Amino acid sequence: MNGLTTRTGVASKSGSRMIGTLKARAMTAAALLLGALIAGSAQAQDFDADATINIGSLYEPQNLDNTAGAGQGINEAFNSNVYEALFRLTDAGNVEPVLAKSYKVSDDGLTYTFTLQPGVKFHSGDPLTSKDVKFSIERVTSAESKSSRKNSLKPIAGIETPDDATVVIKLSSRSISLPYNLSYVWIVNDTATNLTATEDGTGPYELEDWRRGSSLALTRFDGYWGQKPTNGDVVFQYFTEATALNNALLTGSVDIITSVQSPDSLKQFKDNKDFTVAEGKSTTKLLLAYNDRVAPFDNVKVRKALARAVDDAKLLKAVWGDYGTLIGSMVPPTDPWYVDLTKTDAYDPASAKALLAEAGYPNGFTFTIDTPNYDPHPIAAQFLQTELAKVGVKVNINVITANEWYSKIYKAHDFQATLQEHVNHRDIVFYGNPDFYWGYNNPKVIDLIKQAEASATTDEQTAKLKEANTIIAEDAASNWIYLYPQIVVSAKSVTGYPVNGLNSQFFVSGIKKAD
Amino acid sequence: MPAIFSYLLRRLAILIVSIVIAAAVLFLLLRLLPGDPANALVSVGADPEQIEAARRQVGSDLPLSEQFVRFVSSLARFDLGNSFVSHAPVLPEIGKRLAVTVPLTLMSFLLAITIALPLGIVAAVKADRWYGSMISVVSQLGIAVPVFWIGILLVTVFAVNLRFFPSGGFPSRGWQRPEAAFEALVLPVVTIAIVMSASLIRYVRSAAQDVLGSDYLRTARALGASFSEALIRHGIRNGAVPVISILGIELASTLLGAVVVERVFSLPGLGSMLLLGIEQRDYPNVQGVLFISTLLVLLVGFAADLAQRIIDPRLRGRAAGSDR
Repeated sequence: MNGLTTRTGVASKSGSRMIGTLKARAMTAAALLLGALIAGSAQAQDFDADATINIGSLYEPQNLDNTAGAGQGINEAFNSNVYEALFRLTDAGNVEPVLAKSYKVSDDGLTYTFTLQPGVKFHSGDPLTSKDVKFSIERVTSAESKSSRKNSLKPIAGIETPDDATVVIKLSSRSISLPYNLSYVWIVNDTATNLTATEDGTGPYELEDWRRGSSLALTRFDGYWGQKPTNGDVVFQYFTEATALNNALLTGSVDIITSVQSPDSLKQFKDNKDFTVAEGKSTTKLLLAYNDRVAPFDNVKVRKALARAVDDAKLLKAVWGDYGTLIGSMVPPTDPWYVDLTKTDAYDPASAKALLAEAGYPNGFTFTIDTPNYDPHPIAAQFLQTELAKVGVKVNINVITANEWYSKIYKAHDFQATLQEHVNHRDIVFYGNPDFYWGYNNPKVIDLIKQAEASATTDEQTAKLKEANTIIAEDAASNWIYLYPQIVVSAKSVTGYPVNGLNSQFFVSGIKKAD
Repeated sequence: MPAIFSYLLRRLAILIVSIVIAAAVLFLLLRLLPGDPANALVSVGADPEQIEAARRQVGSDLPLSEQFVRFVSSLARFDLGNSFVSHAPVLPEIGKRLAVTVPLTLMSFLLAITIALPLGIVAAVKADRWYGSMISVVSQLGIAVPVFWIGILLVTVFAVNLRFFPSGGFPSRGWQRPEAAFEALVLPVVTIAIVMSASLIRYVRSAAQDVLGSDYLRTARALGASFSEALIRHGIRNGAVPVISILGIELASTLLGAVVVERVFSLPGLGSMLLLGIEQRDYPNVQGVLFISTLLVLLVGFAADLAQRIIDPRLRGRAAGSDR
């Protein structure tokens, strides 16, 4: 046995999520000081164990089933709160066992044997068995599954359930990311039905009520096998406007906003003693993705020239002020295979012009950027238009909706270049798929990404992906503009929430609200 | 009353034909939009087979003619179907949304009438006084200001600064906590009422001016009625006819126009369901909302028409559809 291989994952997503509870909106300075002292010493006793935590979010789930196209909102509300998986991606980015008490990997890496946590009950009262696990994995890999993780579970050749507490997964090829990928597979009761509108999970909370377009209420599950939550109820309140959400925090109707989307709105919280502003890690990248299949973007020199022609730092500053991070490739600093590549094709308009001339475009060229109609894409497109004009490249901006983006770009590949935010973590793998929308096709990278997944050790995997990472940056496969910040704002009275919100998840069971 | 009976039948026939035409137009317009309802179900990372499976599930892989046949046949059975995205049945969801939008619309409407009737009459009767013309000027201004701006202004003053009312959202238990639900609607209602009463004032004023300059009022006074007697007995009845038809139009447009206010205040009403449905190309939801709201609008028009006939005996003899 190779023993347990735990991966340090990473992650993140973007997004936006928010939470918050807040109640004490009129604390005096003295009370604040006292609060800070208590927080330092005896915080554990100083919270309301049955408090209702109100979390404000812009991301309402479309339904309640993460294999049925529910969107990122369901991960925020349900992951580790209502449903649990064999593993979990922690807020720090590590993969830790949850419903899997332990697991063993065979020497050839093709057989994983999981022992389940004993004494686990679903909200309906049914005990957790290996059959539920098999059922749950097969929901994700089924033909109807909309899960974006379906592909990563393809190596699974069969699932056996020798007894109620044991699950054996056989692989057709080594998959070092299996535990990580299983963190996306929520364990549901195999007798559950209508999971788009109801739930039957094992998490610390059960669904109390869902009012579409407005709120989703969770209440503590008394039969929970693990640690009891530090609050009684959690209500996710959904907003369609960021301003309305900010106002809700200001007026105390929500306690936390986990993803403030503009630095302008931060000032009102930063200068106010009643609120806490925390900057966490994000893996959301803003990309100018070229269609690498078509001229002139099939020419590496052209892509490199455009990378050098754009002052990413200036745009980041314009959009985010002092927040956010510059990146030189698809891999953010929280991924194990991060390499600082910001020096590769750094801002240098003179050499951009020279490269364009070398590539046969001394007088530049014209192309169209398909631009999603929501922030920050339109403003980024205008910025690119201005920057590229300076090296003689003319940009036309074509604004499209998110829905059209999937038809025109993702499916039909009918585009020259597009702006898009990529929120998934560990998504360098997309550069190993030549059929992906951007059509980057480098056999060496494809091979490295494949080999990385078949690695026997995480060190080997990391080394391979670092190499792939460096090559895509050298190839300027896309133009990685910046990494979003992840900003959480809460009322001072509320603590214990995750700040990174990796993969849009938002664990609520440790949130405490001061009395 | 055979006259009113045949009138009702004709009105009903017009209602049904209007709905059928509206449904067909709706169906086509929705399909003309670029995009695909299946796109709302997939995310970056989905492979081509998954996208095709999603298309099969929502039926967007079928030819348009077949989609239309399915649509019409389910409509004929009063089956509005299930949302492509949430999988929830459309009709009960619309019911829940109406529990927000209808109270919002009716309260705004009543408040607007309460503001506009007296002010409109004062503006007409006292047109020569400074406050009479002031009312006209202010109502002109009210028409020019966008509704979302008034909403944002009210939120800033009465929610964020004064903390009198919530800044937005609707209580998670809805009308089970009536006072909380009512509180959530105060600012949205005031927002709509301000805009609605601004235009109503002008209609009421001009109707009142017509009445004041009318021959019958002069005749009534010549026959010995006092000014207020003449106004109440003859003026209001006559003046009410054009105002009611405007009220019908205003009520109907508010029902759908509430979408802006619902967005500013994050209310889970019919408008926000429609907006999200269009973004996601969730055809069943969009068709359902438009179908039900078309129905409501036509019913409101019907009610306004009926009210006019009751008030004005001269309209009763005329056939439906041939008149106004």
